Amino acid sequence: MKFAIVVFPGSNCDQDCYHVAHDLLGCEAEYVWHHDKDLKGADVVILPGGFAYGDYLRAGALARFSPVMESVAAFAAKGGPVLGICNGFQVLLEAGLLPGAVRVNRGLRYVCRDVHLKVQNVDTPFTRLYERGGVVRMPIGHMEGNYTASPEVLDRLERNGQVVFRYCDPEGRFADSANPNGADRAIAGIANREGNVVGLMPHPDRCAEAVLGNDAGIKMFESAVSALAER
Amino acid sequence: MKVEVRVYPKEGVLDPQGRAIASALVRLGHSGVQDVRAGKVFFVEVAGNDPSRAESEARKMAEELLANTVIEGFDVKVVS
Repeated sequence: MKFAIVVFPGSNCDQDCYHVAHDLLGCEAEYVWHHDKDLKGADVVILPGGFAYGDYLRAGALARFSPVMESVAAFAAKGGPVLGICNGFQVLLEAGLLPGAVRVNRGLRYVCRDVHLKVQNVDTPFTRLYERGGVVRMPIGHMEGNYTASPEVLDRLERNGQVVFRYCDPEGRFADSANPNGADRAIAGIANREGNVVGLMPHPDRCAEAVLGNDAGIKMFESAVSALAER
Repeated sequence: MKVEVRVYPKEGVLDPQGRAIASALVRLGHSGVQDVRAGKVFFVEVAGNDPSRAESEARKMAEELLANTVIEGFDVKVVS
């Protein structure tokens, strides 16, 4: 079981992801520099958080042209599990591997705090160990997380069960005050139609062990391991 | 040739930045301000001297990179 963690110039959560995969789960893990096209035989690809290319132009807009993204797209097209966390999610959106876009947070500020999420889809390789409808706490840290798409695309996402996480309050209720960035329909994370590509604004990599006070995120990584073990 | 590409939030797409600027303008006393949309301008220099070619190339640049057409519209003008 091998994780590839893509490193763009400006990625800053690559080591967090490596730590989770390698040190906590005992899996093989390798960094893949954005100029390389070789995913080194990985079974799972992670696009980590950070500020790829300094977020110049738009978050994720330039990273999408990195040579490695061709390989990531080909890997995803063959059904390979791909997870984009925060900036990694923004890259997947810009690359068209996931539908929609993110805008600047409605409060116009960088938001760095814990949020609560309702798990909406447990049929992806990154969420199968969660409970459908369960509430998990994860940290966010972003300026552009205000997810949007056309009403038709949003309806399609809902219909197909592609909404994976939604912001909620600690009791699991949806309320505008529990939405940290103004995202349409409180969407925090989505999957592609096939379910193998998942992206989310919150950081499971930053809450993956009890010593950090929260290990709710480890299940996203464990889910991938269990999904692959069954293949 | 110099081409100007303007990129702006699409009609109907919430523009938190524009909204904040609008309320700041109202606070400054410009009480008639009803709406602001905030965008970006790119001044692109391209080789050659065929304006229609420069324009169509800039249009392609906008579609491929300068604008995110999910949320942004754009227009292109050859300046000189």
